[in-house]
Order: sequence, then C-alpha cells, then structure tokens
Amino acid sequence: MFEKSIKELAEGLRQGEFSSQELTKAYLDRIDQYNGNLNAYITVAHEQALADARAADEKIAAGPANIWTGIPFAHKDIFCTEGLLTSCGSKMLSNFVPPYDATVATNFKQAGAVCLGKANMDEFAMGGSNENSFYGPAINPWSTDTSLVPGGSSGGSAVAVAARLAPAATGTDTGGSIRQPAAFCGLTGLKPTYGRVSRYGMVAFASSLDQGGPMARSAEDAAAMLQVMAGYDAKDSTSVKQAVPNYSMHLNQDLKGLRIGLPVEYFNKHLNAAMQKVLEDAIKLFEARGAVCKEISLPHTELAVPAYYVIAPAEASANLSRFDGVRYGYRCDDPQDLMDMYMRSRSEGFGTEVKRRIMVGAYALSAGYYDAYYRKAQQVRRLIKNDFMTAFETVDVILGPTTPSPAFGLGEKGDDPVQMYLEDIYTISANLAGLPALSAPAGTIDGLPVGMQLIGNYFDEARLLAIAHQFQAETNWHTQAPKTELTGL
Amino acid sequence: MKWETVIGLEVHVQLATKSKIFSGSSTTFGAEPNTQANAVDLALPGTLPVPNEQAFRYATMFGLAIDAKINRRSVFERKNYFYPDLPKGYQTTQLDAPIVGSGIVQIQLSNGRTKDIRIHHAHLEEDAGKSLHEDYHGMSGIDLNRAGTPLIEIVSEPDMHTAEEAVEFAKALHSIVTSLGICDGQMSQGSMRFDVNISVRPEGSDTLGTRTETKNLNSFRFMERAIALEVERQIDLIEDGGRVIQETRLYDGEKDTARSMRSKEEANDYRYFPCPDLLPVVLDDSFIDAARAAMPELPKDRKNRFIDNLGLNDYDAGILAASAELSALFESANKVADNAKLCANWVIGELSARLNSDNVNLEDKGFTGDMLGLLVLRIKDGTVSSSGARRVFDILWEGEHADVDAIIETQGLKQVSDTGALEAIVDEVLASMTAQITQYREADDKKRKKLMGGFMGPLMKASKGQGNPKLFNEILQKKLNG
Repeated sequence: MFEKSIKELAEGLRQGEFSSQELTKAYLDRIDQYNGNLNAYITVAHEQALADARAADEKIAAGPANIWTGIPFAHKDIFCTEGLLTSCGSKMLSNFVPPYDATVATNFKQAGAVCLGKANMDEFAMGGSNENSFYGPAINPWSTDTSLVPGGSSGGSAVAVAARLAPAATGTDTGGSIRQPAAFCGLTGLKPTYGRVSRYGMVAFASSLDQGGPMARSAEDAAAMLQVMAGYDAKDSTSVKQAVPNYSMHLNQDLKGLRIGLPVEYFNKHLNAAMQKVLEDAIKLFEARGAVCKEISLPHTELAVPAYYVIAPAEASANLSRFDGVRYGYRCDDPQDLMDMYMRSRSEGFGTEVKRRIMVGAYALSAGYYDAYYRKAQQVRRLIKNDFMTAFETVDVILGPTTPSPAFGLGEKGDDPVQMYLEDIYTISANLAGLPALSAPAGTIDGLPVGMQLIGNYFDEARLLAIAHQFQAETNWHTQAPKTELTGL
Repeated sequence: MKWETVIGLEVHVQLATKSKIFSGSSTTFGAEPNTQANAVDLALPGTLPVPNEQAFRYATMFGLAIDAKINRRSVFERKNYFYPDLPKGYQTTQLDAPIVGSGIVQIQLSNGRTKDIRIHHAHLEEDAGKSLHEDYHGMSGIDLNRAGTPLIEIVSEPDMHTAEEAVEFAKALHSIVTSLGICDGQMSQGSMRFDVNISVRPEGSDTLGTRTETKNLNSFRFMERAIALEVERQIDLIEDGGRVIQETRLYDGEKDTARSMRSKEEANDYRYFPCPDLLPVVLDDSFIDAARAAMPELPKDRKNRFIDNLGLNDYDAGILAASAELSALFESANKVADNAKLCANWVIGELSARLNSDNVNLEDKGFTGDMLGLLVLRIKDGTVSSSGARRVFDILWEGEHADVDAIIETQGLKQVSDTGALEAIVDEVLASMTAQITQYREADDKKRKKLMGGFMGPLMKASKGQGNPKLFNEILQKKLNG
C-alpha cells in the first residue's frame, strides 16, 4: 500500500480494495511509529484527517469524485491551514493557528484530499538542511551510521514522502528548497514557473522568488499534485492568468528530437566525478530515445548565489517585519515598553539564520548601500534571465545536477553559512529567472540518492514532467525506498 | 532685516472608495475598532495585497484635474518602519514612479489676484491604523479599521509665501477633490490632512533656509495658526543668533502651541524597495479616457461657465464654483428664478453666513435650490420685499415650513402693489404732513432727495410694512412734484 502511486491509490479507493479511512489510518500508524525517529512532521492532524477520510469515503461511494478524493498527503508547515497550527518552523509562529486556508490548501480540500499534518522545515524556509527548524532537524531516512540531513528547506516534506509517511507532500522553493531535499531523499520535486501556483496563504520568505510545488515519489505523482496546485488566483496579484494543461495527459509526449542543453558552467572541473557519471548515464538514455544534447553557456551562473543572497534577504527583511509581537505570534514576557517588546519578541522569536538574513537584507537596502547591493543584484538577475532566454532559443530544456553532492551529515556545515549557501549553486538561477525546474532521482553516490535537474522555459512544466516520467519508465532510481532502521521499510 | 517665508505642502487625501486599496474591507468611518480589518489588513502571514482599481481611477481623475501627466506605469514600493499601527512593518507607497506627475493648481487671493501653485507629483499609498493611548492603563490600543484606506499624497513645490496662500491652496485642493467626488472632504475625520514645510530666508535671497515640517494639520484654521507660529519661531530664533534645525513638529490646536517631534538625525532610514507582491501597474489609454469621461465639472471650468453664460463677476463666480454643493444649489435656484446675480448674492450672503454661524452641512438641512429660487422670484416680481424675504428665508432655513408662497401669505409679508390702494394711503398720510410738503417744494433737487425719506417712513408704517416701496416712491414723486 505504501508503494502505490496516487493513481493506484485512487483506483484502490474506487475498487473498494481499501477505504480512505483505512488508508489514512495506515499512514497515521506509520507516522506514530516512525516520526519519532525522523521528525518529519511538526503537527499530525489525527482527528481531522480521519474525519476528512470519512467524508471522502462517503463522497466516493456517492459517485464520481476527483482523483485526489480520499488520498492522504502532507503540507509543508508554511501553508496556512485553517484551525491547524502553522508554525513555519519558527518559535515566532509556534502559537499561530490561522483563521484561513492558503489557496493551495483550499485546492486540496476541494479535491477531497486528506491532510495528514504539517511537515517540518527550516525556519521561514531559510536553510538547506532543515537544521534551522525550531522543532529540531528532520532526519534523512537514508541515514545509516551517521545522521544525514534531508536537505531543506522542505526537509520534512521530503522525509515524509521518502519514508512512506505520506504518499506526497507540498513544498516551497525560493532557492532550491523543493529540488535539493528531493534530490537528497530520492524524490521527484518540481518548482513551477513563478506565478503558476498561488502564493496566497503561503508564509512569505522572498516574495519574488517563492513558489509552491509538488514533492512526490514519481513524475506521474508530481503531475497529479501540480494539477491541484496550479492556476490563477485573484488573491495573488503575481499569479498568472494562463490555462493549466492536463499534466498527466502530456506525460508520454514524444521526446524524439528534444534538444537538451548542457551548460558548460555546470559540467566543469568543479563537478563531482561521481555526479558527472550519473548525469552522463542519464544523457545517454535520453539520446537513445532520440533527444539531441548540446553544449550551451549560461555565462552569469557564478553570480547567481551572491545576487540571490542580496535579493532574498532584502525581501525577507521586509516580509518578516510583521512578526512584531503586536497582533499574533510570539511576544516576549513582561515587555517594559514598545521598543523592549519589539526587540525581545524578535530576538527571542527568531532563530540565528533568520536574524542573520534580516540583518543582511536590511543592510543591503539601507541608505548608501542600495545601489551597490540591491540594485546591482537586480541587474545581475536580469543578466541571468537573459542567459536563459538566449539558451532557450536553441534548446528545449537544460540538464544539470541538482546539488554538488549527496546528503551531508547533520551539523557538518552548520558553522559556515557560506558553505551552506553554496549548496544552492545549481538551483538558485531558476528562481532568479522565474523558470520551472524539476529534480528527479538519477542514481546514487555511496548508496545515497542524487538528482538530475531539468530547467524548462516558462510554463513548460508539462515537458519537464514528461521527460522525468519517461526517464522513470526506464530506470528504477525513483522506486528505491530507504530501507533503514529509521523507516522500518 | 526683512524675511521671506517659503512654504510647501504635502497633503494626504483619503479616497472615497468603498473598499481598501489592497483588501476588500470597508472604509466607512466610525465603525467599532477592528471590525473593518480582515486578514490582509491585519497582515496575517501569507496574505497578499490586491490593488483596488477604483483607487487608480480616482488618482487618475485628480491628475487630469490638475493638468498633470498620468504615468502609464507606476510602481509600489515598501517603506519600512516599525510602528504598532503599521501592521506589515512597512507602508506600501509609491516613490520613483508615482501615478501622477507634475501639475498646476490655481488659487484665488483676497487681493483679487490669482496664483499658480505647482504640484511636484501625487502618489497612491495606504493609510496606517490608529493607536489609542487612552483608557488602556499603561498600554495602547490599536485600531486597524483605517489601515489600508487608500490615500493620494499630493506634494506641492515650495511656491507659497504666506499663510493665506497656503490656506487658499489647501482650500483649492479640497474644492477639487470634493468636486470630483474622490474624497468626502471631512477634515475633522481625517479625510484630508496637511503637512506643512516651512522655511524663512532674508528677502531677496535665492537659497532656501532650513525647513521644518509641521505634520497632520486637519483644519484650515489650524494650518493658518501653525504657519504663523512657526514663521515667528524661526525668525525669532535666527534673529537671536540661533539656527533652525531640520525637524518634524506637531501643532496642538487646542493649546495653539507646537513642539518638536523628532529631528532629522532621529529620522528613519526607510529602506524603500519595489514591493515584490505587486506588479508595476500599467494604465492604458482607454482607462485614462474612461476616467476623464467620468469626471464631473471642475471648479475652474464651472467658474468660467458662471462668468461666460450667467454673467456673474469673477469674484462671485470663484466663490460659488469652489464648492460643488453651493454651485448645485445656486444653479437650481437660478433655474427657477432666472436671476443669476440675485441668486448668487443670496447663496454667498445669507446662506453662507447661516452655514457658518450654525456650523452645519447643507446636506443635513432640508433647504433646497428650488426654495431659494422661488424666494428670489418673489423678490423679483415684487411680491415680497428684501426684508420680508429674509424673514421667509429664516423660516425655510429652520425647516418650519417649505412653501415660500404659503409663508409669505401666513406671515403677512405680501407687498401691496395695487396702485389705487397705495394712492389712498399716500393721500391720507400727506394730508397730515403739510409743513413737510412745503419744506420739500421749496428745497433744491439735492435736498429734495434727502427729504423723500421723511415721507417713506410714515407710508410704510401706515401700510403696516406691506406697501411696495417702489410704487410708493413713484406715487409720492408724482404727488409732490405734480
């Protein structure tokens, strides 16, 4: 049951093989048993999930229902869920129960899906290891001797899906936060085009970069998830009015003649040899299917990380100003006056990395530094976007690694933020350009999963999913489960 | 030394949209605290702003009214600072790309001259909430009903040199925005708030002195007082060897004093940057054309029409045209009476005086243009005298009665214009005034005119005030000169 795809689960429910209540109960039992090891969930919604499952069973019995009706899943704890704690991995929101649903949460509810709970994450989505969570790190289920990070910030979502504590989970990606944990945990994760998925009710980190997307065990499942998540939303002025294709229908589109770009800036002397081998194997497979690979250049690639670490903190410094202890969230004990309340509520409510980024961002925007940092970073952002636009004149998709290496050890990079930021070197460009990008399992290094990344042109999610799906039809990297003590699989 | 004052204004105008600039909450004034604040206004996590098209339409109308360039592409920025009544920790406003570019507002001065005040730009932004410092025992209450109310901030050039000019400019803006219907103009409710930048310099100097900003003046009278106080303070300071420091000041209308709020050194670094939650707003020609077509008549156009079509003089036309309400009343009165000058006199004189002395709004009174028109018509056709008409006006104004003719009848204010009856009264009165008649007949022309008044009094008395004075005069002339 825990290896079934979304489509197979939906069929099982319709055939009466199992009910949504049984399915949900089975997942809740696994969560109760293994979440202690893995810390994938911050909140488990036992009662609500079972109630929703009961309603779904009635709906299915009554007649045709959405493919998602009765299917359990997990939300990253960044999506506001009415009546259910939404902490964003922070002490600041450790008491915040939203009176409304994020649009993405509403979409899943309307489809009849059953939310199992809220997945762990780096505080305010800032981090690449899930070590910045107020609730402690989630643990990569592939860990054996030493504990490995699952990646981040959507670490809890990745762990939940990889450890079979949820069939699928939502994530968000500002600089790689879906793709990197997907790669570390052996999952398929997609960051859609900026504006494809509504950001309403998704706690903001960096508004011009944030995008919600699916984390699943296959491209097919990811397609089913994106179908629910994507679409224009009047509540989000940056969401785009563009028809949503039927992603599942496009999964088998012919790859013959597909032009794949291989950036010289990715395939260079810095690329890990084992990673290079994994990618070369994938390339061979695509060529065998009639794809044409071609070297391309994205000349401003090396500027992506520095530009990102100006723009994202700058936006975050303003986005996180609302957490002031006045209206909701954490407020310090016994404030002496207004300034004391602001200072202590924010010093005590935010973790180290969040405070670091607020300070960096405020600095980059301050008088006398704006031109040198923020404006310059925006110029770099345009150059990076132009690089991609030039590349897409001659290729359909760009292939490269998702991460420099497989999952690293817990605490290994904790002392050096810059080392941690360099983890995002391959993923950040797609956020700066607003392009869709997908990570799919493409092999292992030392027994640990690694991903290949596919970057597409705007609104070309269907093509990315199709390429990954057909890769998965001929490989079994994506079906491998972490058979470790942590998961009992 | 003689000093020249230099004044520039920043004016916040609340737009009369039904809902807020970035959320669907109502903007109605005076509701229970926080009953008009939704998740967006409270800045709950994950909520996003959605621009209100009507606010852009209103701002566009204002821009067109002052002959300004409408910027096709305007950008919202975040102005970052912490304050409890600023829920997001930043105000969404416009900086480098405001919706309205430079324009001109003409003001009318008491010496009969007009002057052009240049507008630097006007931009759209959201209002903050209110902090309530009383009744909470060492704490403050926050009311976010006002948070997110759309504002246009109008920034003038430093083109004013006296309090009168500044106040006239403020009044002209009030007149424009209320005529357009884009603001209710209720200054006591904060619908229009004025920040005044003031500096002084030796007369003839062409460099500006250090300015101060006096914030949040919400009446014309306070503005006039605050300017007078600040100009005096700056001149005294400089003449005593001191120096003006750049600061923000607060004027207390109750005590008629002002104090420093913060100096430039304490000023925030607002760390402006383009708001990533809002795309640049692009207005196309059809939007601007539709806004133009929806614009009611502007005060300046109305003034010209009153002069050209109705023959009013420049002064009367200017005063009437400045108020959409008075203009409407005047025009409906004139439709009935067909005597623009007399209707204008009544509106500018008696009616305006009563509005001021009673401190009421016209819309709260039942007084209509039709009533005034009929009254003027009855003056014109001789039914009622001017003094009788004032009595009729009082009754109409107090709402005791609404029918002009009925009031004239029941109050016995109808003039007697029957020449036979009037002649009989004249004969009777003259019979008892033989000495005066002799005196009159012996006098020269100049003296005769004076003596006429001596007969009119007794005549009016004999007719119980109802005789038509004009006819009395004619009959009298005939009899005496006859």
